[in-house]
Amino acid sequence: MRENRILRIVAAKLLIPYILLFGLYVQFHGDFGPGGGFQAGVIFAAGCILYGLVFGLAALRRAVSPVVLEVLGAVGVLVFAGTGVATMARGRNFLDYDAFGAHGQHWGILVVEFGVGLAVTAVMLSMFFAFAGRGKGGASG
Amino acid sequence: MSDTVLVDILVLVLLVCTALVIVRMRGILAAVMLTGIYSFLGASWMLILDAPDVAFTEAAVGAGISTVLMLGTISLIGTQAKEPYRSPWLPLLIVTATGAALVYGTLDMPHYGDPEAPIQVYPRPGYVELVHPDTRDAFHPPGKEGAHPPEMPNVVTAVLASYRGYDTLGETAVIFTAGVAVLLLLTGGRRRKGDRP
Repeated sequence: MRENRILRIVAAKLLIPYILLFGLYVQFHGDFGPGGGFQAGVIFAAGCILYGLVFGLAALRRAVSPVVLEVLGAVGVLVFAGTGVATMARGRNFLDYDAFGAHGQHWGILVVEFGVGLAVTAVMLSMFFAFAGRGKGGASG
Repeated sequence: MSDTVLVDILVLVLLVCTALVIVRMRGILAAVMLTGIYSFLGASWMLILDAPDVAFTEAAVGAGISTVLMLGTISLIGTQAKEPYRSPWLPLLIVTATGAALVYGTLDMPHYGDPEAPIQVYPRPGYVELVHPDTRDAFHPPGKEGAHPPEMPNVVTAVLASYRGYDTLGETAVIFTAGVAVLLLLTGGRRRKGDRP
């Protein structure tokens, strides 16, 4: 049993940083390659869930607090909607990123995708917490 | 026919076989693993259809997150499905009728790759040509007045985040709402009793 646990920990420690890094790459490279906020959010959440499965739910709770996640989900949607309000404040249509100048489209898409990524990561992790925390005492999966 | 037709047939046959095995299976744990495999096959199929963004999502959500969530559910409900005690004929009839209606609906759709299909002729000029850096300047010389379409090598992102940004905002709100609903269903009752996790 003990050797199994060491194997799992070593494998997870090797994998998790690259999964999180790949999530960030998909997030911020989404306008050049496949991917975007949604996929990046799911990948990032998957990296965190792997951490929770191997090291236990309590360790994951210490790393990312469920209370913060609930707030971050709402913040993600607000970032998206707030970008639209900002374009309106500058005299353009809702979500018309040209309001931000010559490279407005790039900036607008970057910010909006960040909002999507934030919301998706937070919601996916919250769901995982909700499911896993219902078991007996929330032991590791 | 292209030289990938063998791969097409292989992936589609595997998809059907996996679906049939999942339906006949009583062990939930194995069925959940097979749905993960089904998602990977679906992702391969999307890749064959030149839709890497969709394939990406299918692999990450279908094979990754939903498998984990279903495993979490299994740990709550056990790994064996009960024997069905109702006659399967009515559900089978409904499923067959629904499937037949869907197939009937596809008869109206244009053939795959048809140059006259609405997806190829609308919007004008092709949004792809408008957005892609290689062809953009022909439609939109630098310095021209008017709306500037985004310059994006990945047209899918440009369409999702800019051209149809309003839709994507709605989708994000849907994800958030779904998350709130799950949280309320699974943890809301306990919190009311002051048993905060």
